[in-house]
Amino acid sequence: MQFLEFEKPIAELEGKIEELRHLHDGNGVKVRDGDEAAGEIDLADDIARLREKVQKQLKATYAKLTPWQKTQVARHPLRPHGLDVIHGLVEDFTPLAGDRAFAEDRAIVGGLGRFNGRTVMVMAHEKGRDTDTRLTHNFGMAKPEGYRKAIRLMRLAERFGVPVITLVDTAGAYPGVEAEERGQAEAIARAIETCLDIRVPLVTAVIGEGGSGGAIALAAANRVLMFEHAIYSVISPEGCAGILWRSGEAAQQAAEALRLTAQDLLKLGVIDAVVPEPLGGAHRTPDEAIANLGLAIEENLKPLLDREAGVLRAERRDKFLAMGRVAA
Amino acid sequence: MNWLTNLVRPKFQQLVRTRDVPDNLWTKCPACGHMIFHKELDKNARLCSHCGHHMRLPVERRLAMLFDNGEFERIELPKVPLDPLKFRDEKRYTDRLKDAQSKTGEKDAIIVAHGRMGGINTVVAAFNFAFMGGSMGPAVGEGLVAAAELAVLQEAPLIVIPASGGARMQEGILSLMQMPRTTIAVDKVKEKGLPYFVLLTDPTTGGVSASFAMLGDVTLAEPGAVIGFAGARVIETTIRETLPEGFQRAEYLLDHGMVDMVVPRHEVRDTLIRLIDLLMNPRQSAIVLPLPAPGRPDGAPEVPPPPGPGVQPPPPAEAAGPEPTSGG
Repeated sequence: MQFLEFEKPIAELEGKIEELRHLHDGNGVKVRDGDEAAGEIDLADDIARLREKVQKQLKATYAKLTPWQKTQVARHPLRPHGLDVIHGLVEDFTPLAGDRAFAEDRAIVGGLGRFNGRTVMVMAHEKGRDTDTRLTHNFGMAKPEGYRKAIRLMRLAERFGVPVITLVDTAGAYPGVEAEERGQAEAIARAIETCLDIRVPLVTAVIGEGGSGGAIALAAANRVLMFEHAIYSVISPEGCAGILWRSGEAAQQAAEALRLTAQDLLKLGVIDAVVPEPLGGAHRTPDEAIANLGLAIEENLKPLLDREAGVLRAERRDKFLAMGRVAA
Repeated sequence: MNWLTNLVRPKFQQLVRTRDVPDNLWTKCPACGHMIFHKELDKNARLCSHCGHHMRLPVERRLAMLFDNGEFERIELPKVPLDPLKFRDEKRYTDRLKDAQSKTGEKDAIIVAHGRMGGINTVVAAFNFAFMGGSMGPAVGEGLVAAAELAVLQEAPLIVIPASGGARMQEGILSLMQMPRTTIAVDKVKEKGLPYFVLLTDPTTGGVSASFAMLGDVTLAEPGAVIGFAGARVIETTIRETLPEGFQRAEYLLDHGMVDMVVPRHEVRDTLIRLIDLLMNPRQSAIVLPLPAPGRPDGAPEVPPPPGPGVQPPPPAEAAGPEPTSGG
């Protein structure tokens, strides 16, 4: 387990538990003759008590995470990523590649598969887990070809009446020379336009970081869900701090000011539902988090399946047309 | 700047400010360093008389240059909720807004106007860069929605002229949501079979470039305008790449296939009128301005409106307008 700065007390407790377990499993407590059983029981009790303490501490900490702490949780290296969620929820996942114009961009993975028995088109930002995969997936930062692939896959899904599920987890669109020269802005604009146009259900879940234009390109959906500790923002707290406070160190304040938490966004009417994470965040028990997400996606997708194509499209457009018009 | 500027609340500043004396009688051209007298610069629509560099043009002047006789009517824009995030950095957002309002005399960073261009009723939405860098929040989104609705109502073409650094951070996620929102707005115009033109001016970046600005049926750009998604500085610092010569300039976008033409400021009006006429009157030209050459059998009305002061009526011989310097 990797611990975040604010998880230090928890890390210490976990460390103690680990120590005791080591004693317990090894020969440490068995040295005294005839006292073997008693020693074991004592330690097991201690461990149990410590575990309880950890749970309490986790509950207390995670119940009142600050926006900046949530930002760190959302970026946690062990947090379930796009491919983890796909593999956890989608059977027969069949990846599809390429924008048919320039390249295959692995920052956005996507393909066909079955979600709860039904064919879906699923697409996700994938950040990668280690150096190799991070480079392969370009840290989840897509270039124009990534968004153009997404457009292609959305149109393919539309042709066969297949619902689309997108999983958002990106620091943002890739800021680089080649991305600009191939029309990063145009690619994102067209992706947004396509999201808003397709005549099949579109459900989005922000599973980690919803970074600005790179996120909204896949997220103009009928239903937008968000993990409890995910973030979604017009600019990263660091970027915002650099511009408005003229110091990256004000990132904490910027995180507060930007209202980037799932709870705030629900209040602002920008997202439709918050998906609970297991105690201590999705990175502690990824399987449980992914299962929760599966339930939430099903719950949100199901009512859309019977809806007429034109209605689906119109509802989606009306929803986004009203954004910012009504006070929260 | 004097002690009053710092001490007196923004609203009162407007009362005590002396408006008509320019800060500097001489302006140094940022491109060639030539010193230009302010009257000369204004007369020449803020083009450097030495090298032709296009400096930013105040939005009212821009509108006057576009419409026949410089005549247009602005529309009142719907109100939006004030400061929905209660945003505060080193300064309250409400104070920043008031500052910008008193500085510009405008409510927000967009102006929507309608009037005749070549006799054809046209709707124009133009960004005001002087208002918080032309940044797009819900108010600007509202302006674009209103402009699109007006164009649909009047069956008029829509011209949007961005000059914007991107989304307005102080309205956070609601600013990001203006990307899908404005995309829907301009789509409404397109769906009605009406042409949607974009004139990209300096600068057009971030969330503005990655939405409606890159979705024009025909896209024009002013020479030298910075157009792109990620800021050049962001690219330089995060990716540590040396930026190529002319990176993200209008001409660079033309070379990379991202805009249709780069048009000098004095030719913008003619070019737009010609495009509008070509698309709106496919069977027969209906341009009433500029004055058709005598005996020209194009069915133009007999009495064209007289050219007004402050606009440059194009020479009669060039009824179809000169070729854009950089081609399509």
